Amino acid sequence: MRDIAPARFYALHLAVIAVLFALNFLLPAYHHGLMARILVLAVFAMGYNMLFGYAGLLSLGHSMFFAAGLYGAGLAVVHLGWGAPPAFAAGLACGAVLSLVIGLLSLRTSGVAFMIVTMMFAQVFYLAILYFAPWTGGDQGLVVPRQARVLTIGDQPFDLADPQVRYLTALALFAAVLLACLALVRSRYGRVLVAIRENEERTTMLGYDTFSNKLAAVVVSGTICAAAGAAYALLFGYVGSNFAGVQYSILPLLWVLVGGAATTLGPLLGTLTMYYVIDVASGYTTAYLLVVGVVLILLVLFFPKGILGSVRQRWLGWLP
Amino acid sequence: MTDSKGILIPTKVPITRRNALKGLAAAGGLIAAPGFVRYAQAESSSPIRIGFQSHRTGIGAAYGRWYERTTSAAIKAINAAGGINGRPVEVIIEDDGTDAGRGAEVVAKFAKQHKTDIVYGTLFSNVVIGSAPTAGELKIPYYVVSEGYHVASGKLNRWCLQPGITDVRAQVTSVAPWVAANLGKKITMVFPDYAFGYDHRDYLPPALEKAGAEVVAKIAIPPTESSFTKYFPQIPSETEVIYHVMVGPAVLTFVKELGEFYGSNGPKLFGFIDSLEAVDINSPGLEYIDGSHFWEGSPRYSQPNDTDAEKAYRAAVGIDDNGASVDDPKDVSTAAHMFGCWETLYVIKQAMEDAGYKGPQDRAKLVEATEALTKFAEGPEHPQGPKIFNGKIHQVFGIQNISKLEGGRLNVVHKTAIEDGMYEPEADYTTMPL
Repeated sequence: MRDIAPARFYALHLAVIAVLFALNFLLPAYHHGLMARILVLAVFAMGYNMLFGYAGLLSLGHSMFFAAGLYGAGLAVVHLGWGAPPAFAAGLACGAVLSLVIGLLSLRTSGVAFMIVTMMFAQVFYLAILYFAPWTGGDQGLVVPRQARVLTIGDQPFDLADPQVRYLTALALFAAVLLACLALVRSRYGRVLVAIRENEERTTMLGYDTFSNKLAAVVVSGTICAAAGAAYALLFGYVGSNFAGVQYSILPLLWVLVGGAATTLGPLLGTLTMYYVIDVASGYTTAYLLVVGVVLILLVLFFPKGILGSVRQRWLGWLP
Repeated sequence: MTDSKGILIPTKVPITRRNALKGLAAAGGLIAAPGFVRYAQAESSSPIRIGFQSHRTGIGAAYGRWYERTTSAAIKAINAAGGINGRPVEVIIEDDGTDAGRGAEVVAKFAKQHKTDIVYGTLFSNVVIGSAPTAGELKIPYYVVSEGYHVASGKLNRWCLQPGITDVRAQVTSVAPWVAANLGKKITMVFPDYAFGYDHRDYLPPALEKAGAEVVAKIAIPPTESSFTKYFPQIPSETEVIYHVMVGPAVLTFVKELGEFYGSNGPKLFGFIDSLEAVDINSPGLEYIDGSHFWEGSPRYSQPNDTDAEKAYRAAVGIDDNGASVDDPKDVSTAAHMFGCWETLYVIKQAMEDAGYKGPQDRAKLVEATEALTKFAEGPEHPQGPKIFNGKIHQVFGIQNISKLEGGRLNVVHKTAIEDGMYEPEADYTTMPL
């Protein structure tokens, strides 16, 4: 990363947020709703990117962190009757605690073993959701009651199912996480993570406690993913075990790879691209996953570092 | 994938001098009001658009394929008879990948992008439950053909309806007395350890007790299991009947291993055909279930006493006497469930006509008109049999078939009464605001 004034980074990111805000008023109804969903899932991808892109730890079990937030918030509403803000906090807390425990256990491994261990923990989490079906709704999932999906600010209630409120809430979460990620990766801690990714042994020799730093990365990553899960439950009203399945561990990896690993805006771009490739391709053929596969192959061939990663490599070296 | 099907058949109206003069006067009036012309014309002749949420890919793909064929046949018949309210019907298909998340997106796509009048056709319970909040938020009627106990339980919302297929609770309650009276009094249940299995686990035992029988063991099999032999020692020796519901491809292994475990002296078997939908009943490995009994919503094989309506339905959908495609005998249908698509579409037609449905502004009236329906007579529109609809829980009740597998085909040996499956409603959607 070249030495560029911080104002430039923040100006770029604020401009992206401003464009997304403008889209709230410009997008047709269907794309408006889809974009709200993409923003929430981009948060999931940003959480994944923190661990995979910056710390270089490839997890195949991140669906459990998303699901921890999803169920943490959803079950708090369904079984405890909590309102939206405490339920969201419950989702965050579940994600933070789970990622701390999983991090402590799985960071005893590295490389392929880390991938396998995280995948197995995610499978345990998924099967636990099915096992505790009386509470979780099992494979069918649960509907989060509409009356609980309300955010009250002052005396003013905001219905999270309202398209405008939903979009702006998703955007607020996205913006907060995006700016936090930007600050984090530009901080001293972010540079240590990159150092660990590039050469862990050398980083250890330089005097850094790599285990603690990696553990912190797992917790930050898991908590961000849980924030996305909790927001998904409250904004879209459904909590289901499919979000804890292996598919939702692979998806954030693909989104990040497509957009550009270790780029702050890559997760948004990747999620957006993948979503629209599937949405458009499925309108023409049932073999849309084949189309997705071809797109991924083309990306690997021509943009091996993802879209923004390649842009940074070739043209804009200062991109964070 | 997006697809459109629709045939425009103009309705014939005799032209008299009086009608012609009336028509000229009306036309003159409309010409004088140009702003109104396009609107009126659009509503009177534009197609009614039905968004079909189809499982084209994912675990439900075999069901999805046959649901589409049945839907296509029903729409062709409805259009040939003049459409709905004199308007042709068009079906827009979107694949939900049998995924709850994508399902919700598809419902939004129908409502906001395709601007369909309603959404219809979902089978898998997780997709129904995942999509229901979106349907409720967008206030678009959502007619499912799912058989889950989710709609009737009251946990969805007023926009979700199941008027064309019975739910698992009713099915289980209906067949229990026959099982107790004809197969045995001590029953061991083997069911998948997830929600579909739980409907059986929860509702069969009380129905059996009422019939003087009892469940002596409940064996839940985890969904990831691929071998079952280790579970068989859990089956008590006093078991007279094994009641099995093994959904998914594992059923072939289950049956084979059960045969190896018991040899020729095992308990009697009663199963739900769900496990073997779209599977040739004469596949190698299924020999052990010969002579056993199955629940079927609608019979796969044609029966000697089939009604003309049933015969016409089978011909229209394109299934032969063995329940396979007339074009490919190896392409076995999902006959026990897909009739629900045909019947649901005719319920939609009836409700739209009762409501005087003109467009999306009448969606609430359409829900109310559906809730007001009470009975459907057996006939071309309801070939599976007569039905009773409970508008409070948005659920239909009908007869169930119990078939015996003998001579390589399933022969219906008993039809339950509608009342056998009826239960006390636990909800009332009509009290919810629209």
